[in-house]
Amino acid sequence: MDLETIKSTLEANVPDCRLEVIVNPSPSGQHSLLVDAEHAFAVASFLRSSAGFNYCSNVTGIDWPAKELSEKVKVKKIVDGVETEIDEVSKTMIPGCLEVVYHLFSMSEKIGPLPLRMRTQDRAEGVHLPSLTPVWRSAELQEREVFDLFGVVFDGHPDLRRLLMWDEFEDHPMRRDYVNPDDYEYEPTAHDDVLQRANQHRSTVGER
Amino acid sequence: MSVTAYPTTPPILEPAADGSETQLLEISMGPQHPSTHGVFRMNVVLDGERVVKLKPVFGYLHRNHEKIAENETYLGSMPYTDRLDYICSITNNWAYALAVEKLAGIQVPERAEYLRVITGELTRLQNHASLIGFLLQDMGSSGTPLMYAFRERENILDLFEALTGSRMMCNYMRFGGCRVDTPAGWLEQAQKVVTEFPRFLDEYENLLVGNEILMERTQGIGVLSPELAIDSAISGPMARASGVNYDIRKVDNYSIYSRFSFRVPLGSHGDVYDRYMIRFLEMRESVKILNEAMRDIPAGPIVDPKMRIRGFRPKPGEAYGRIESPKGELGFYLISDGSTNPYRYRVRPPSLINLTVLEDLCLGVNVADVVAILGSIDIVLGEVDR
Amino acid sequence: MVGEGILKGLAETARNFFGSYVSKERLTTVQYPEQRLPRIEAARSFPFLVYDGSDWQQGMRCVGCQICEKECPPKCILIEKSKDKKPDAVGKQQFYPAVFDIDISVCMSCQICVEVCPFDAIKMDVDVDLPTDNRFAGLLLDKQQLAKSNEYYHGIHPTEAAAVDAALAAERAKAQAKKPAAATPPAAPPSAAPVPEAQPVGGESK
Repeated sequence: MDLETIKSTLEANVPDCRLEVIVNPSPSGQHSLLVDAEHAFAVASFLRSSAGFNYCSNVTGIDWPAKELSEKVKVKKIVDGVETEIDEVSKTMIPGCLEVVYHLFSMSEKIGPLPLRMRTQDRAEGVHLPSLTPVWRSAELQEREVFDLFGVVFDGHPDLRRLLMWDEFEDHPMRRDYVNPDDYEYEPTAHDDVLQRANQHRSTVGER
Repeated sequence: MSVTAYPTTPPILEPAADGSETQLLEISMGPQHPSTHGVFRMNVVLDGERVVKLKPVFGYLHRNHEKIAENETYLGSMPYTDRLDYICSITNNWAYALAVEKLAGIQVPERAEYLRVITGELTRLQNHASLIGFLLQDMGSSGTPLMYAFRERENILDLFEALTGSRMMCNYMRFGGCRVDTPAGWLEQAQKVVTEFPRFLDEYENLLVGNEILMERTQGIGVLSPELAIDSAISGPMARASGVNYDIRKVDNYSIYSRFSFRVPLGSHGDVYDRYMIRFLEMRESVKILNEAMRDIPAGPIVDPKMRIRGFRPKPGEAYGRIESPKGELGFYLISDGSTNPYRYRVRPPSLINLTVLEDLCLGVNVADVVAILGSIDIVLGEVDR
Repeated sequence: MVGEGILKGLAETARNFFGSYVSKERLTTVQYPEQRLPRIEAARSFPFLVYDGSDWQQGMRCVGCQICEKECPPKCILIEKSKDKKPDAVGKQQFYPAVFDIDISVCMSCQICVEVCPFDAIKMDVDVDLPTDNRFAGLLLDKQQLAKSNEYYHGIHPTEAAAVDAALAAERAKAQAKKPAAATPPAAPPSAAPVPEAQPVGGESK
């Protein structure tokens, strides 16, 4: 069963779901299926019950901060009454999001992995996604881990607490803009970014 | 964000028949409990001796391995994978190397594949041997069985030291092969260890398999149904003890496992006793694989000659690679953005995911059996907490 | 019969107990500090710097290229490159490390520094008796503490050291062959004698 077949079956069975095949250019050839958050639960339930994907092996998050894509475009402009061609840099902001990937396998058909992806609206307020723990119990601890380290809130998770960090911890350490706390320890061989951190520590706290 | 708080005061139960008031007892097992296999903690609520609620608490050994790896080069993460499941570092190396090879499309030479299978199966032998030793130790047979298991494990660790230079932190695999070739006489020495291993298994089975106390402690305790096992993605010996026929060596046919004739032992009850016995049976199958691999190993290069050790930059893309590690399905999920560091590096830890069902297994059993159930799951905290 | 399994197990322990008096395989205990097992050749503990000849400052193979510093996963190596040059083992004028520190409290013995070194200058030691009463300075090894002779290297890893020497000799021969016969003054003898003219060794007095 290839991805296109799965996609068309899903589109036929889950009305209104928006699916997109994300092509993976690496030699592994593991192309994935992006599903919208609204229909993710229905899609997952269908995959589990009718498409045979009963083994949800791996659940993980990915942080995609907003980034700026700059492209050089040749634009014709009238400068001093003469039409000339100027290079103009067009900048487009790609909004950031948090992504959750579920690696699905089928035990009976021995196929997989099928990476199923969901994306949040943004990285600040709209970080809610439906929990797929009711579909695959194996997501229970792993969704807690994604909540803990990335800050994705899974609606419908039976017990959404921090998993690895302590309950009072504020931030989400796996986000790419996470700032390390200033808990610098004396290190005699500091260089590069460790040295930078050490100097920063010395300037704010003073010599240890 | 709301954080569900754990109830701090156990509820008062109905008054007992004699009018005395009873109350649930909440105890914290671990993180320094000797039988929690490291710094693992369980918040257990007891009604007398019976467990009515059990919540595992993780994170005491958390060091954010994934974040460290995202700030390292691809090669630089290899020694860190040794420290995940520190009992079987070679299979951790293997899973990571396999994921990178999938990501970059690297071929592994023949001899390196054989070396991987040999060291990987030796790892399985020593992991299972020490696991059954630990399990028996947890159930109170202090010392002797564990020391017998460790005696055998030492022989295998000696082999690892002679090959890789280190007993536990082997750092042996490289992308596209292995780091060093076998020194002179290593294969003969390994063959001797493997040939003598079944004698130890016989001895060990005589020692305790028929033991009435052991059977009383383990049979019918912590039963895991195959449906729950599949639903919770339980993998490895724990799933197979419940009768789930899922061995990634057979399913994915990664490396060269299709060349060896071995069977996948399955349990039928899914209790602690089955999980204990399945390890014996798996070790016997591993001995078969080892004998065949050491008979057939060809000469040749041990690493893809095109691979350079420095400046490795896979093309953008992603890959999920998994192997059957002694604990279960060990997977690595990598996303490359074309730089020297992985953009995203994820470990799928079998020890953590096998703990998903810990509460289900422990409800209603006596508190002393929690230790036996936890021991039979086979966890290593370096991998659970990462 | 109930108890049969227990008796069978006890027979096994008895066999092991009495067997330990006659069979060496069953008695595996080693009285550690007094009695030690023979060391396995491939064993490794922490890195050290190899030097040729008798003078550790002149014979040091390291040219301060800082590759190991960059590749070291836990970043436990600190190198400061020298300003001046001196002849290396092959006879070429090379930089040398003015400072070379390894913090072995951070080092995790992964030997990636050994693998990436193009000059065979850093190798793994086998010494594990390194306890000290100073957590910081005691575990920070400087260039002099790290420098060990090639003979020492041959003593701990004979097979590997022989292969390295052969490779280095081949490289030297190639370098000699490339050189026009009488154009340049002959390079200093690679490893045997101390290099004739003394080089300034600023910042090295430790």
